[in-house]
Amino acid sequence: MGEQEQQSIRCLVAKVGLDGHDRGAHVIARAFRDAGFEVIYSGLHKAPEEIVQATVQEDADVLGISILSGAHNTLVPKIMDGLEEYDAKEDTLVLAGGVIPDEDKEALKDQGVSAVFGPGTSIEETIEFVRENAPER
Amino acid sequence: MNADDQALLEDLLEGKHRALARLISKIENRAPGYRDLVSELYSHTGSADVIGVTGSPGAGKSTLVDKLAEAYRERGETVGVIAIDPSSPFTGGAVLGDRIRMASTIGDMDVFVRSMSARGQLGGLSTATADAVKAMDAFGKDRIIIETVGAGQNEIDIVRTADTVAVLVPPGSGDAIQTLKAGILEIADVFVVNKADRPGSERTVQELKEMIDLGEGMGVDAGHHGPGGVEGGVFDDGDADADEDEKTWSPPVIETVATERKGLETLMGAFSEHTTHLEESGQLAEHTRTRYAEEIRTLLRGDVHSLLEAELEAAGGVDELAEAVRRGETDPYTIAGDALGPVETCLSELDHERLGSPSE
Repeated sequence: MGEQEQQSIRCLVAKVGLDGHDRGAHVIARAFRDAGFEVIYSGLHKAPEEIVQATVQEDADVLGISILSGAHNTLVPKIMDGLEEYDAKEDTLVLAGGVIPDEDKEALKDQGVSAVFGPGTSIEETIEFVRENAPER
Repeated sequence: MNADDQALLEDLLEGKHRALARLISKIENRAPGYRDLVSELYSHTGSADVIGVTGSPGAGKSTLVDKLAEAYRERGETVGVIAIDPSSPFTGGAVLGDRIRMASTIGDMDVFVRSMSARGQLGGLSTATADAVKAMDAFGKDRIIIETVGAGQNEIDIVRTADTVAVLVPPGSGDAIQTLKAGILEIADVFVVNKADRPGSERTVQELKEMIDLGEGMGVDAGHHGPGGVEGGVFDDGDADADEDEKTWSPPVIETVATERKGLETLMGAFSEHTTHLEESGQLAEHTRTRYAEEIRTLLRGDVHSLLEAELEAAGGVDELAEAVRRGETDPYTIAGDALGPVETCLSELDHERLGSPSE
């Protein structure tokens, strides 16, 4: 049929763990929305299982994890393992943001995180990265 | 159907969450092949009870849906939730926030929550919602809850996908009830005054009951009894008065405090009561027929629309035609007539019996 395909990039913006700093996540969610993405915001203090559940059920193209508590080395692997369990690890673009020391970045990337955006990253840069790297399905 | 879609369908029927999620995306995206997939789904559906929940922003819809999902899970039923949020008509972007309130069923994959947004489609969201309901039904969900902000015609069309519609009214919204009169009142099978621990809730309940009474007094097939079966938020299903007139359903008004799960049992009772009413009065079949008739019409409208869009594109785009109208060379009616002419001629030459039902 001559029906128009209506694709939209779906992003889950997730706050995981115990830190309550969600200003950054809000800014990103808003910016993604204004860029024409569909944003699902997880809310604060989510457990890794919840993030996995939401990513799978929402069929998110992009998972942006915001962590400012320093617990990324514990929380991110749990999320990645969960995604793998539901065959969602391969084709989900996983991004990490927040306060993540340089020496931890490589380890996260080995886990399957595509990019780590620290403080000072411009929003345009993040949006551009998502546009270019969102998985083709 | 290609091999990938076939595999997707099989995975879905086997109960793989990823497949259900992916199929709903295909439905939303109008991805190639989604039509065949949805067609295939139909033969696997029909076992789910579908409930619609609507109401003004802040009425507590998401929280109530969350608690309902939890309560149904405790009964051993599986639950699907479709949460619909508006999207920006300017950028197409949307923030889908209903998930924030869905906290009671953490890590329980048997509650499948899916957020959807309007994508500026022509009647498309109600079709997409109906298709997503089919997908969840075929997946094996016992209960499917559709949640939407009750703001306009679009949303009303969406909740009509449900067999039972609950309209949430926040307490103390005397004036809001006035605005409910048009449209929303007619679609409500159950009224819920949520946040019933807040001041003004009794008054709101009273106002709603009066409004229902008034509506019945004026309706064509008016019932002759009061708000059926429910007094002060207590559901009384053995009411002789209600038995007397099986054909009419009078929407009960139920008070809940969703955060504390108060009134939830009563509400669930009202839902199943309504389902029973639909089945016994024969309205379920009528209801379903009306819905499918609307789905067929919506599909056709969309299809004809995109056919003609393609025709416009081929003619050099709508802008050029619009420019011709601006210069006074032609008018919109002539252009529409020219575009439609061949379609009309073609249809008039066809056999009208070709769409007859397969059983005949």
